[in-house]
Amino acid sequence: MHDERSINVTVNGEPHELTTPVRSTLADLLRQRLRLTGTHLGCEHGVCGACTVLVDGDAVRSCLMLAVQVDGAEVTTVEGLADDDGTMHPVQQAFMDNHALQCGFCTPGLLTSVADFLEDNPDPTREEATEAVSGNICRCTGYAGIVDATLQAAERLRTGGSR
Amino acid sequence: MPLMNLRMTAFEDLIDLGGVEELRGITSTPDVLTIGAMTRQRDVERSDQARDAAPILVEALSHVGHFQTRNRGTLGGSLAHLDPTAELVGVASVLDAELHVTSANGSRTIAFRDFPQMSFVGDLEPEELLVSVDFPRWSASHGRAFEEYAPRHGDFAIVAAAALVELDGDRLSRIALSLMGMTEIGARVTGLEQAWAGEVPTDELFNTVTDHLQEFTASPDIHGPSEYRKHLAGVLAERALRRACNDARSHADA
Repeated sequence: MHDERSINVTVNGEPHELTTPVRSTLADLLRQRLRLTGTHLGCEHGVCGACTVLVDGDAVRSCLMLAVQVDGAEVTTVEGLADDDGTMHPVQQAFMDNHALQCGFCTPGLLTSVADFLEDNPDPTREEATEAVSGNICRCTGYAGIVDATLQAAERLRTGGSR
Repeated sequence: MPLMNLRMTAFEDLIDLGGVEELRGITSTPDVLTIGAMTRQRDVERSDQARDAAPILVEALSHVGHFQTRNRGTLGGSLAHLDPTAELVGVASVLDAELHVTSANGSRTIAFRDFPQMSFVGDLEPEELLVSVDFPRWSASHGRAFEEYAPRHGDFAIVAAAALVELDGDRLSRIALSLMGMTEIGARVTGLEQAWAGEVPTDELFNTVTDHLQEFTASPDIHGPSEYRKHLAGVLAERALRRACNDARSHADA
């Protein structure tokens, strides 16, 4: 039998009280237990970034956290970026407008990462934006659209976006 | 966590130190910067105290993984894990860091040069815990530079060099140089440090960098043969020393 522990965690604004095996990663909790499969597993050792989510507002690798470590925390996944009425987060809109995704596998990790990055860096240079997305591996796009989207999202957030 | 995910290790019991507030924090005196083992790398990176007391530490952190990993990764975790290509390992070496370790049986302090036993194995008994790390401070006008080559920004280094210098007028009064990625963990190039003391940093002097690197070996691996790492060590050590000297001069002029 696996040891289990009871935790309280808020995910995308919704509080959950649940019991999880202590061996579960946060990624597994989100994907398997909560069926939030937007968070992806690419490498499971922290390099590819596809699993990136926000924990208490900070972008982290959910494959490198244990589920029990988010007891008492607020988690935001890609599913939690858009408004309740479906209005996309400015970062999501900018990705769409700049063809910053193709297969979409890396995209959830990039969206959460860029959302966090722009909170701390609202007016990045192209070089800073390029470095910021370098922690997420994208095989499809060649990153140009991703960097353009990051800069456009930054501008929209500065000039009128509410996030 | 990566080791567990890759099934390279497994434990009966795993203790999360995240809730132990006493293990976090950054403090400084005029002589020493002290950082708690559980301090997140990103908190060190953003710390004005750390930037002021040990700027090479903050510079090196920009090469450590990515901001997402630095949001969780800790200073103590990196040192205790002791990857020979880890930037923080090379910085602890070049700064002659001291590790404070404790167990139920008592506490002890380990000089960083005495800490590595082999790759991924430091002088920590199974029941011991790394609590904090002291980084002795250099003078306010010291020069520093961290140079790294990695296949992608944020990767562990193939080779990296960390250089610290102090100038007395034109002459080098103090030098420290460490290498990451060589067989010797946190290798200090003491031959160069001694030979260069009192010298003026001219192009002729910089041409002698590789003379002092002959004794250091490197293992061949998928990134290339030993000669590749040794060549990189020479290139990066020279770049780091040049930039550190320019940095020191800029503080003298300021």
